[in-house]
Amino acid sequence: MKILRLAVTAAALLLSFEASVQAQTTLRIGLAEDPDILDPTLARTYVGRIVFAGFCDKLFDIDEKINIVPQLALSHETSADGKEVIIKLRPGVKFHDGEPLDAEAAKFSLDRHMTMPTSFRKPELAQLDRVEVVDPLTIKLVLKTPFSPLIAQLTDRAGMMVSPKAAKAEGDKFGLKPVCAGPYKFVERVQQDRIVFEKFADYWNKDAIKIDRIVYLPLVDATVRLANLKSGGLDLIERLLATDIKAVVGDPKLKLSSAIELGYQGVTLNVGKDKAKGPLSQSAKVRQALDLSLDREAINQVVFNGEFKPGNQWVNPDHPYYQKAFPVRGRDIAKAKALLKEAGVTAPVSVDFMVPKGAETEAVAQVIQSMASEAGFDMKIRVTEFATSLKLAESGEYQAFMLAWSGRIDPDGNSYVFQKSNAPQNYSAWSNADADKALDDGRLVTDQSQRKAIYEKLAKLVLDEKPLLYIYHRKILIAHSTKLEGYKQMPDGLVRVTGLTLK
Amino acid sequence: MLNFLGQRILQLIPTLFFVSVLIFSLQHLLPGDPALVMAGEERDPEVIAQIRAQYRLDQPIPIQYVYWVKGVLSGDFGESLRIKVPVLSLIAQKLPVTIQLGSMAIVIAFLIGIPAGIVSAVKKGTAWDYGANLFALWGISTPNFWLGIMLIFLFSIELGWLPASGYVPLSENWRASLASTIMPAFVLGNAIAAILMRHTRSAMLQVLESDYVRTARAKGLSERSVILKHAMRNALTPVITLGALELGTLLSGAVLTEQIFSIPGFGKLIVDAVFNRDYAVVQGVVLTTATIYITLNLVADIAYVLVNPRLRA
Repeated sequence: MKILRLAVTAAALLLSFEASVQAQTTLRIGLAEDPDILDPTLARTYVGRIVFAGFCDKLFDIDEKINIVPQLALSHETSADGKEVIIKLRPGVKFHDGEPLDAEAAKFSLDRHMTMPTSFRKPELAQLDRVEVVDPLTIKLVLKTPFSPLIAQLTDRAGMMVSPKAAKAEGDKFGLKPVCAGPYKFVERVQQDRIVFEKFADYWNKDAIKIDRIVYLPLVDATVRLANLKSGGLDLIERLLATDIKAVVGDPKLKLSSAIELGYQGVTLNVGKDKAKGPLSQSAKVRQALDLSLDREAINQVVFNGEFKPGNQWVNPDHPYYQKAFPVRGRDIAKAKALLKEAGVTAPVSVDFMVPKGAETEAVAQVIQSMASEAGFDMKIRVTEFATSLKLAESGEYQAFMLAWSGRIDPDGNSYVFQKSNAPQNYSAWSNADADKALDDGRLVTDQSQRKAIYEKLAKLVLDEKPLLYIYHRKILIAHSTKLEGYKQMPDGLVRVTGLTLK
Repeated sequence: MLNFLGQRILQLIPTLFFVSVLIFSLQHLLPGDPALVMAGEERDPEVIAQIRAQYRLDQPIPIQYVYWVKGVLSGDFGESLRIKVPVLSLIAQKLPVTIQLGSMAIVIAFLIGIPAGIVSAVKKGTAWDYGANLFALWGISTPNFWLGIMLIFLFSIELGWLPASGYVPLSENWRASLASTIMPAFVLGNAIAAILMRHTRSAMLQVLESDYVRTARAKGLSERSVILKHAMRNALTPVITLGALELGTLLSGAVLTEQIFSIPGFGKLIVDAVFNRDYAVVQGVVLTTATIYITLNLVADIAYVLVNPRLRA
């Protein structure tokens, strides 16, 4: 009898153990690269932002329509002169180490972003003069000049809050064991292999967190990433290739989620520092001719099976700040040739076309090359490894440069640093006083319709002068198993983990 | 013998010095600025200047070299620009992975290459021989990345037997570890197996025609014993040396194979470091690899001397 009782107890124990094992759910996410350091102040990669979304909440977030919504903050209010912003914090929020997220902690995080020597957040918060604690749950941001994109900046890494205790103790090594206030807390990281997180029991929105663990696995090859998803080794993968969409849609066990990216894919034209002084840099007409020789929809069809979105501005055609008065124009070879003639240029116009290495970019470059040749351009493609191409672009050793931008929520983030005279990423070295004024004015007003009117002037200037040819906007392509429910794709491409369940 | 050993070890110093200068200068010849790469999309001039200063990238290359060598001599290989982890701990983490992968690949190469070579020599001119030759030709000419992806499709997606990629350490779960490394090890070992097969075959053919094998047969020994006991032993000596030499191929092959199967080993470490211009990591990894090679060479030299006293001059 005793033995029987023992056996029954043992069996029950085993069963309960098995049940508890089964109850543990792990979401495995395949990343396209190994992220850099997981410190919001020092991080700088897109892939890193995907991981942050799982463990490091921000003051604000965005919704599917790019509206700014509260996350760790409850509200914000900007003073009439635009130089003060009051932010109310969510009460009862804790960091992963149990420390409270109050006004002092928020001030600490923002100060850290602004003052740490190698902080990459400095330029994002450059207009911020200081942060003041108003009461335990209220902070005041005092600005040097009005800066309307500020709240948008706080929806990304600049708005991420870190535990002051951990950050002080770890210094610039904080990213090796990050402590934030997000839904999951850091467990371990093996470089180039995996990053593991587990559910944070004291998360402020813990009812929305249903999966126990998340493991991020960097798998560089897109084919291998998809193979892992198909074989069940992963539950979700980012950056699916457009050419693999069919394979996902045709698989009953997989689901595709997509959104148009906030960024753009384009060709930067060297206007101000072309050492060879080629016709492209000397005449806007020649640049307009190059633009007219392109059929953006055809590029989209040929290279991406029509999956992406042709564009001509720094925001995509569905974006609230897209200027509908300037739609994507069709191809017009006759007009392109006429423009070249007007510019007094004889075909073929030779162009040194620098293209960063990559299957998709090279394919687009080849289509551009063949289209432009019909208008009289001889685009000499120079495939260059990315790190090298950046260096060459900085020193102006190119005439056309295929360059993408991952995009920011506020249109300022897609335009200012690229179009303003002498701005750090103005590789074109374009300089236009009216454009500079429009770019500055756009930062001063918060009202959307007023801002849009300012940016309309800018769009006209950019489209006439063409320091950059905006070509298309990619779709963010996320594929996941149908076992994963509740997944919604946001336009910033990040993988948000709240509200997800895994069957 | 001690004298010889001392001499050889002393010779190591200038060799390693030369290697270190070479690594350092070659790497700095690469176009692209690490501070710029590190900045990614956040290319703010002030921050970039800070990074340059912090990692001494703003100083002349010889001075950077001196700082690096000073660090290396005191056991500090520097820290990764990208992830702020000490280079030495990265090496300690990745080296065992590649060693495991490499050893499995060599075992697979020997297990396939040698029997195939023996069979094709013994059954010369038959279907067995042609089959083995065909296999060798296929093994040498199949690109690693293609074979890797095909294996993933077959064993992971179609059959669902093996994980498509990733790595489980031996210490964690040996079964899962073997499952995660068997495909990459096969891809890596495959080309070497083919080379070993070709060499085993020609060595065996030569030995099988020699007098002592004829004598063995004349003594009435069974064919099995003639081949396995008499012929094979002599034929295999050069093949084993060749196998050891192929260890180099293994390390370079690992670069690609680890990338396909996302094995977090030495190869993947160096590829990522080169693309990210993570100088400290590249320098550390290459110096470690060079040291391993040089040490192995030394061990081989010593072994030769032990075997052949005439070299001890």
